[in-house]
Amino acid sequence: MKKIISKIFLGEYFIIVLFGLLLLFSCYFHFSFGSIIAKNFWLFFTEMITFLPFMFLLIGIIDVWFPKEKVERHIGPESGIKGIFWVIVLAMLQAGPLYGAFPVAYLLWKKGCSIRNIFIYLGAFSTLKIPMLTFEIGFLGLKFSILRTLFTLPVFILIAKIMEIYFKNKQFDIKQP
Amino acid sequence: MIFIVSITLIAIVISFLSDRQKTYQGVVKGMRMFVNILPALLNMLVFVSVLLYLVPNETIIRWLGKGSGVFGVAIAVALGSISMIPGFIAFPLAGILRKGGVNYEVLAVFITTLMMVGVITLPLESKYFGTKVALLRNGLSLVGAVIIGILIGLFM
Repeated sequence: MKKIISKIFLGEYFIIVLFGLLLLFSCYFHFSFGSIIAKNFWLFFTEMITFLPFMFLLIGIIDVWFPKEKVERHIGPESGIKGIFWVIVLAMLQAGPLYGAFPVAYLLWKKGCSIRNIFIYLGAFSTLKIPMLTFEIGFLGLKFSILRTLFTLPVFILIAKIMEIYFKNKQFDIKQP
Repeated sequence: MIFIVSITLIAIVISFLSDRQKTYQGVVKGMRMFVNILPALLNMLVFVSVLLYLVPNETIIRWLGKGSGVFGVAIAVALGSISMIPGFIAFPLAGILRKGGVNYEVLAVFITTLMMVGVITLPLESKYFGTKVALLRNGLSLVGAVIIGILIGLFM
């Protein structure tokens, strides 16, 4: 019990606990800043706490039903529209920050993926991950998300194309540091 | 929001009817992710609540709201390229800023640079791809993010 309490107070929740104490302090001495900040916090908190669990449930369900391993099988050296499609699908099923995509790019490169598709993978990974889209739709709206996806798709395909043209006949290699 | 909630409920019902075991796994997985991000999320809410108290709403709107133009986009590019905020924090934050009057153009640039451009991770990216490739990819992504932002501004 003592361990749990010290973990909560000194670990990840340290700032929250400190924040709560400050608000209590402010309330006790009738400072105005406490009530305004508390009102802000409560407004944001209630909105997040009602919707976030749903988003994570959806992400969990998608994760179980669409395993990445199945998609990976479709990505061979084959190029063209079909290759682009599967690379994007694979990228959309991932999660995490961009630097998490570099090791995957290395693996794809070793498997014979083209320069263009490597960068399409990076572009789709950074902007079209399903967990990310779920949050985007939830907090900025479906219209924003659809428009951003529509504008982003050609932009990163174009970037990939430029990278391919620029580095095709030069020494291009992806290393595992 | 209602869209996401309905999609989630439909997905869970379909999933449950097809495979109970899998649905259970998915629900546990999702809830575990939620519990894991909770401290980071609460920290962000504390930070934003205090920040919005210290910085008056008019200032935020003047810097990042309608009519902030090039200046607002420049701030978004700088913040998005340098900071490393995960999506599950960045989008709730963007939602709050949106309600505070920040325009969609600025938010789109911020989010796109946040996702595609990484100044802090540039050394790591260079180790994988080489400096030249990493610089070109980040540079092109930055330009792309501004274009995406301008288009969003025109259509939203």
